[in-house]
Amino acid sequence: MDAAVSHHACKELLVSLSDYLDGEAAEALCTEIERHLAGCEDCRVVVDTLRKTILLYRTLPPPAPPQTIRARLLHALELDKDAP
Amino acid sequence: MTKELPAPTLLSPELLDEAYEQRLLERIRAGDKTACAECIDLHSAGVYRLALRMVGDPHEAEDIVQETFLNAFRTIDSFEGRSSLSTWLYRITYNAALMRLRKKQPLHVSIDPHGDEEEAATTPVQLFDWCCLPEEDFQTAEARNELERAISELPEPLRAVFVLRELEGLSTEETAQALDLSVSNVKVRLHRARLWLRERLSGYFTELAQRSQARK
Repeated sequence: MDAAVSHHACKELLVSLSDYLDGEAAEALCTEIERHLAGCEDCRVVVDTLRKTILLYRTLPPPAPPQTIRARLLHALELDKDAP
Repeated sequence: MTKELPAPTLLSPELLDEAYEQRLLERIRAGDKTACAECIDLHSAGVYRLALRMVGDPHEAEDIVQETFLNAFRTIDSFEGRSSLSTWLYRITYNAALMRLRKKQPLHVSIDPHGDEEEAATTPVQLFDWCCLPEEDFQTAEARNELERAISELPEPLRAVFVLRELEGLSTEETAQALDLSVSNVKVRLHRARLWLRERLSGYFTELAQRSQARK
């Protein structure tokens, strides 16, 4: 654990990881990445934990605005009064 | 092929309807108060979320929301429609939040996208595979708080990109417009934000996984 990914090939892979996980990497690059992952445990862990990280924050419930915010806004912007 | 990840889904159908937005803008420009209220109903939640993620304080976030809509309605005639209304509102929100952050910490808020903190995050150090944890361990209140805390601690130059692109679901181009960045800069910052969060969360989940292994 805690041994930084420093190998040249690993660093090259790291640059393209977001494109790869977003499905935006070209097929040839995907093949190259998957070939590297098959033989590099450290990078496999980085990819899996990065994918899990993305999954976790994308399924995080969004913070709800306070219920009073609408009334406060309408009042502050004088939108709660009838036009003269 | 890579396993598909769920897309952010906070955008409501009205936000994607250009014709509706055009009519709404015309009504706001004509001084229609109902249209202004409609605009608030449609956009205040997103504006609030960005403000909150930027400043971290719910009361201050509310103030920023108010400031944003005041500013937007006052200057609606200068809105040329080169971006969507929501992108423009996010831009006003971001600038308002940034002003407040700079007032509070003038020496700590950097506009340099290549800060030391971000650079450090581009090299993964945490290499323990915590994906083996049971799913319920990822869904606890503690795990969610940890994730929220990690997002709030993202270096400021990465945070707004991350929130707009990953949590609010804007496209790379829209995020670039909202934050006045190039498309490639948005991509770089998003990538760094993801790696930064992975690294930050790995500390917590690794400890959890190791504790769980030790109990077996």
